[in-house]
Amino acid sequence: MTEFTKLTMAEARDGLKAKDFTSVELTEAHVSAMEAARVLNCFVTETAERALMQAQKSDEKLQSGTGGPMEGLPLAIKDLFCTDGVQTTASSHILEGFVPRYESTVSSNLWRDGAVMLGKTNLDEFAMGSSNETSYFGNVINPYRRPGDETPLVPGGSSGGSSAAVAARLALGATGTDTGGSIRQPAAFTGIVGIKPTYGRCSRWGIVAFASSLDQAGPMTRTVQDAAIMLGSMAGYDPKDSTSVDRPVPDYEKALTGDVKGLKIGVPKEYRVDGMPSEIEALWQRGIDWLKDAGAEIVDISLPHTKYALPAYYIVAPAEASSNLARYDGVKYGLRHDGKDIVEMYEQTRAAGFGAEVQRRVMIGTYVLSAGYYDAYYLKAQKVRSLIAGDFKSVFEKVDAILTPTTPSAAFGAGEKSDDPLSMYLNDVFTVTGNLAGLPGISVPAGVDGQGLPLGLQVVGKPFDEEMVLRVADVIEKAAGPQAAPQEWWKA
Amino acid sequence: MSVDTETVRRIAHLARIAVKEEALEPMTGELNTILGWVEQLGEVNTDGVEPMTSVVDAKLRWRQDEVTDGNYPERVTGSAPDGDDGFFTVPKVVE
Repeated sequence: MTEFTKLTMAEARDGLKAKDFTSVELTEAHVSAMEAARVLNCFVTETAERALMQAQKSDEKLQSGTGGPMEGLPLAIKDLFCTDGVQTTASSHILEGFVPRYESTVSSNLWRDGAVMLGKTNLDEFAMGSSNETSYFGNVINPYRRPGDETPLVPGGSSGGSSAAVAARLALGATGTDTGGSIRQPAAFTGIVGIKPTYGRCSRWGIVAFASSLDQAGPMTRTVQDAAIMLGSMAGYDPKDSTSVDRPVPDYEKALTGDVKGLKIGVPKEYRVDGMPSEIEALWQRGIDWLKDAGAEIVDISLPHTKYALPAYYIVAPAEASSNLARYDGVKYGLRHDGKDIVEMYEQTRAAGFGAEVQRRVMIGTYVLSAGYYDAYYLKAQKVRSLIAGDFKSVFEKVDAILTPTTPSAAFGAGEKSDDPLSMYLNDVFTVTGNLAGLPGISVPAGVDGQGLPLGLQVVGKPFDEEMVLRVADVIEKAAGPQAAPQEWWKA
Repeated sequence: MSVDTETVRRIAHLARIAVKEEALEPMTGELNTILGWVEQLGEVNTDGVEPMTSVVDAKLRWRQDEVTDGNYPERVTGSAPDGDDGFFTVPKVVE
């Protein structure tokens, strides 16, 4: 009998098409896996009933040969995507109980192509975090553990429920969003693939906004091929998002040629940060060697403003967040706490509804945008951002893609960094540059640290060259070989 | 630049977040840690650099100014914590 949850998305798709099994069988297996893994806390809302109804419809279409490219494939949706008729919380108390009456464009695209929704995944509150420890609905637990040690490890963040669900084989894939690394960092921490596409490639319409000039949706899957399949469905022009870009969506699977001969791969010296663990250095070197062995040319490059990316990000992102989150005022949706007048009602509602990290960022954002400080902070950060984008632009005249580690460490224990915002922010040191410059980046599993925990390599490409990013990642994935799945300790 | 508790009180009010008196001091410390850290941007020479205003090289599109959607007030106000008959409600703002 097929172990349905062990299949890749591509295998499941091909099996459904060949009528080897049905979407109902496939979906039931994933629903059981989801229900048996509640201790991981991957889901804020499970939608098993809806999943089985969708699966039945998919089976009818598959039977008559009219199935879409994702027909019958069970997925998890980050609880930042608005889903018509299904609670959407952004993992915040302020949106608890909010049931949108509209569907995000990206999730609509997935349903158009036949995908099945298992449920809505947990995340850091309003996607603000790198460990899924700021969710109002509790921490998500990484399915991986250190050997002989039951300390719960974080799954990364903010797309931590999505990363843990895919790594634990609860879903064939999941949607994520990435503002500073929120797809790639959790993918690296849980041994899966995650791609942040070029800004404008996937519509932001119907996704709860964090920082609008940085947010981008993307797929999280167990293989590069699966990421290619799912991205093809998620991407596309949407008139409802004014920054959505009108250009055709290529067949990303066709980009996986397995051939990187003659490609120039840049290795930026500024990413060799102080205190980088030797395991990360070794991982990076292995990646360089694999690509060299496959015939690529390694080019030393410089991205001189790298060091300033994180501080620029921590001005731009909170500034945009403070503006976006102004809409949570106790009037239109979610929570309301009464006060003696309307201003006090706003203040009490927002104090009760937002967690500590969200309040901190809204405060920073409000300050840097306030009269007299705008030039010194926000304008300065946007200028530095231009320089960072310029660094990439000149480098991409010489190279086809850039190779870096995804994160400066493997997954850490819950609570180990949550008292120190700055050390938490450093998780995104290698990923945040891609958001500031709007570039596509992928994290691909490339080995383990000394304790057997997954590590990822990142490939960054030119704007709208997701095909190159996927092609290089595919070669790394093949060279790295099969990665060990997590022990299913949560089933005991 | 660093902020004092009085400034934090003012920002909290601008941000419409009620901050308890005893929370002002620790919050001031946290904000100053972050503001102190972003200060390093001052090292970067940005003379003559244009601020980034658009992430991708694309002009914002124009569209016809016409109604394409609507006529379902119950769907718009249905999620309101205190919606009433197709309206949002707020505490009295006019005396």
